[in-house]
Amino acid sequence: MFPLQRYEKADSVQDAIRLLSDNPEAKVISGGTDVLIRLRDGKKAYNQLVDIHDLDELKICDITADGTIRIGAGISFSEVIASDIIEKHLPHLHKAAETVGGPQIRNIATIGGNICNGVTSADSASPLLASNARLIIQGPAGKREVALSEFYLGPGKVALDQNEILIAFTISKQDYSGYSGDYFKYAMREAMDIATIGCAAACLIDGNQLVDLRLAFGVAAPTPIRCKQAEEAACGEIINEALLTKIGDALAEDVNPRTSWRASREFRLHIIRELAERVIKNAIENAGGTLT
Amino acid sequence: MAIGQPANRVDAVAKVTGRARYTDDFYRPDMLIAKYFRSTIAHGRVISIDVSKAKALNGVEAVFTYEDVPKIKYATAGHPYALDRSRADVADTLLLDRQIRYMGDEIAIVVAVDDLTASEALELIEVEYESYSPLISPEQVLSKGAREIHPGQSNVIGEHQFECGDLEQGFSQAEVVHEGQYETHMLQHVHIENHTAFAYMNDLEHIVIISSTQIPHIARRIVGEALDIPWGRVRVVKPYIGGGFGAKQDVILEPILAFLTMQLDGRPVKISMTREECMLCTRNRHPMTATVKIGTLKDGTMVARHMDTLFSTGAYASHGHSIAAASGSKNTLLYPRTAIGYHARTIYNNIPIAGAMRAYGSPQVVFALESAVDDTARKIGIDPVEFRIQNGARQNDLNPLNQKPIQSCGLVECLEKGRELIGWQEKMSQRRQQTGNIRKGLGVACFSYGTGTYPMNVEIAGARIILNQDGSVHVQTGATEIGQGSDTVVAQMVSQTMGLPMENIHIVSTQDTDVTPFDPGAYASRQAYIVGNAVYKAASELREKILTYAAEMTDKSVSDLEIEGRNIVLVDQPGKAIISLIDLALDTYYHTDRGGQLTADVSHKTLANPATFGCTFVDITVDISLCRIRINEIFNVHDSGVILNHSTAKGQVEGGMAMGIGAALSEQVLIDPESGKVNNNNMLDYKVPTMIDLPDIGCAFVETVEPTSAYGNKSLGEPPVISPPPAIRNALLDATGVAINEIPLAPQVLFRHFKQAGLI
Ligand SMILES: Cc1cc2nc3c(=O)[nH]c(=O)nc-3n(C[C@H](O)[C@H](O)[C@H](O)COP(=O)(O)OP(=O)(O)OC[C@H]3O[C@@H](n4cnc5c(N)ncnc54)[C@H](O)[C@@H]3O)c2cc1C
Repeated sequence: MFPLQRYEKADSVQDAIRLLSDNPEAKVISGGTDVLIRLRDGKKAYNQLVDIHDLDELKICDITADGTIRIGAGISFSEVIASDIIEKHLPHLHKAAETVGGPQIRNIATIGGNICNGVTSADSASPLLASNARLIIQGPAGKREVALSEFYLGPGKVALDQNEILIAFTISKQDYSGYSGDYFKYAMREAMDIATIGCAAACLIDGNQLVDLRLAFGVAAPTPIRCKQAEEAACGEIINEALLTKIGDALAEDVNPRTSWRASREFRLHIIRELAERVIKNAIENAGGTLT
Repeated sequence: MAIGQPANRVDAVAKVTGRARYTDDFYRPDMLIAKYFRSTIAHGRVISIDVSKAKALNGVEAVFTYEDVPKIKYATAGHPYALDRSRADVADTLLLDRQIRYMGDEIAIVVAVDDLTASEALELIEVEYESYSPLISPEQVLSKGAREIHPGQSNVIGEHQFECGDLEQGFSQAEVVHEGQYETHMLQHVHIENHTAFAYMNDLEHIVIISSTQIPHIARRIVGEALDIPWGRVRVVKPYIGGGFGAKQDVILEPILAFLTMQLDGRPVKISMTREECMLCTRNRHPMTATVKIGTLKDGTMVARHMDTLFSTGAYASHGHSIAAASGSKNTLLYPRTAIGYHARTIYNNIPIAGAMRAYGSPQVVFALESAVDDTARKIGIDPVEFRIQNGARQNDLNPLNQKPIQSCGLVECLEKGRELIGWQEKMSQRRQQTGNIRKGLGVACFSYGTGTYPMNVEIAGARIILNQDGSVHVQTGATEIGQGSDTVVAQMVSQTMGLPMENIHIVSTQDTDVTPFDPGAYASRQAYIVGNAVYKAASELREKILTYAAEMTDKSVSDLEIEGRNIVLVDQPGKAIISLIDLALDTYYHTDRGGQLTADVSHKTLANPATFGCTFVDITVDISLCRIRINEIFNVHDSGVILNHSTAKGQVEGGMAMGIGAALSEQVLIDPESGKVNNNNMLDYKVPTMIDLPDIGCAFVETVEPTSAYGNKSLGEPPVISPPPAIRNALLDATGVAINEIPLAPQVLFRHFKQAGLI
């Protein structure tokens, strides 16, 4: 049994914003796979809900005239996996989506919920960060846009007001065109698990030169992060095994995992480095490059 | 010939169509819900408790605390009653207690109109504790001056030792001696259906309890003991159940529910544990440490072995020292031609309660033994399979404990078959020195186990068969179907002995202590073996009665007649009906002058406990830098006597191996060493493997015939879980040269050991 006090189903984004504004205690529920867990635990903060599940406005998944990819916040992970656009242009996000939960969870859990939930282990976060995703957010005063890198404020905290709705993610053409990518979720199980470490990379190569590297991690810090030092060490360099080592060394500056009963900092640091090398190598190879 | 056929489960259709009814399906409109108020410290005492606000909450019917319950200590273990009271289980449990012995201990209970109200009321209870420092590790428990967890009782709740043969002489003769320390951690059963039960009264006297239990007949007795009421007033009904694996071989909810319904005018009261509660507050697998010493000659002959084990039972005794004792005995048959010594202790500590879990201590002890056996084989430079074949049990070897010959034993054949299946010799001969990050390894381990609990406990089973008016039969046994398939093999046994087709055999699955014949329950892999002897007796008796009646009806001699399908035939003219069973049955019921309902109702005690054997072979790949083990191939080969039903047998083996793989690679209850808090009592953080974490699971059987069983069968329910962990550990050793003497071989454990070994 859930201690639900109030439940309203919104029939549009506008309607949802109005319902939320009318009741400052209310929270958004989309797929509900995070919200209902908390409600089951008796968390009263989630006992008044405005349901945005299945709103058409949140279900876009396309490429606009200027080449921008739009991914609606209400798209489920199964829909992410089924999308040709995502499979073709954002292979790291595609792969990440396949690692979420199990089939039932992927059918209902949304990519918007994954990000708004704000946790560092969210599987879609590092691939979206690696592709410089931006968020389109709508509130009573209209729409605004924010970079994903600025959206995370702290563990479980995101830059979203109580009466705002995340509409979609956008990825501009220059952020995906020509890039290859890869994702590795390191967890204790192959399904139904949260990441011990999640690693995403997007690479742009030219022959044997690594023109651009974007490297992002989940669980390597209190929020999902990009690895600026490692990226700097990589950009423009010749692709070889030594470069991987150099990137690995530089990474130490970027990450800050913590010790918890789930895993020690030392173990996480080891895995972070190991994943970075494997993921970058795969991304390069996916782009047709080879390591010498 | 019904035995040996892959007959469909008799409950398959009921289960897949959702018609099979489980405890929670028996809804009663006036049912109340009870929830425990549990301690938030691991060790201490309640100084004061205030439940007035909880009682005042709308929808709360009652709140009871330790002050309100009978001051009767009872034992929860699902063992048959011990006539020798000095061997009775440890009675250390009250319905509710002010002494706190683990984080989650039961102090009070709220009864309310629904689940949410009960939960809300729990938050309104105010409690003040006096805390003592938690005794978590064995060192803390055994340290001088450690507080008694059960005041007045030693923290060591059991200790014993035995020696078979001359150990001292054995070790003095040994040319190579290996000694090692091994450790296993706390595990969870994770049966799909959580603990759930409810109780009500139909009149002023009788208490009815519907419960998801493996031991309905024992539960009846313990409820009587806990409340000091005559046992006949208690009726326990077990409908279909969603697994138990030993966690339901203890009486956990029944006594408090009987107490509550008696307090509340017989209204139905139910407790359905949440998964978190079930994982924290029912039973688990004992953590164990062991020191193993093995002495051999250079030619590989094992001459002596000694094991010293320490089991942690946690806050309450539950099965007490029996698990350490049983597991010590059962492995002696594995390598019986050697001097054997065993010493074991069981201690209390301020952690969740350990009890029975699939294979009852053997997975722990065999992990230690079979790891040490591999370490020994390496030390003397002998192939680990050869070493086991050389020393393993063979038919007619003497059981070291009672000096009687082992009447059926296929261990060597199992090892040979497993070696073949995995391609051991071929893979070993192609093996090169491995240096890279990815390495391959092969591992083997074997086990011996028992079938039932004789002579420690009585092995009694009842069976009743009735000839129906349509010529079919109804069968009632005391055997508890808990998903293992006991109903199905009982039907096959009846079919085999009576000559009836399977469709004409109806099994009453529900256990109801007011109605069903007595049997202590589903545990110790006893059910098909022990009930088999009772079923054989009942089926033979009814067959005889039917044939005698047929002889009377047809003027033939009994010895000339046989049941064949739906008819009675002449032995020398099979296929030609003399009279149909329907006509015979109608005659028994409705003939005005002769006959009567034909039934057989027997209770049988089995006075044997045959050993079963088997082994695991595994092929793994290790990714050293990712600290990961992947299983490429794995096979269990079992000698369980005659296989009654190949498809259900395979199901048991596959499930058991999956459980063993989880124990080997990922499962562990994580307890904070300071506070005693369990961090992962949920399905996210307790890492049961998912289907895609498991490899294809292979199994095979070496069929022997066990003469003490009417159908030639021996135990199979528990054994599959035992040998996968040491086999995987030995494969890791083969792959990397790193001997890890603990399970699970989870990534962080591998990280620690690989680092130590300089591999990463
Ligand atoms: C069994 C199980 C397995 C899981 N496995 C994984 C896994 O492998 N990887 C992983 O990353 N996660 C996993 N999760 C977590 C969860 O499924 C994901 O985070 C999921 O993406 C959440 O999406 P949702 O639509 O269900 O969110 P909801 O639960 O509906 O919402 C989550 C949060 O986001 C807010 N929110 C949702 N949508 C919007 C929106 N459009 N605008 C504003 N706020 C919004 C809600 O208010 C809430 O705070 C798992 C969960 C379960 C139960």
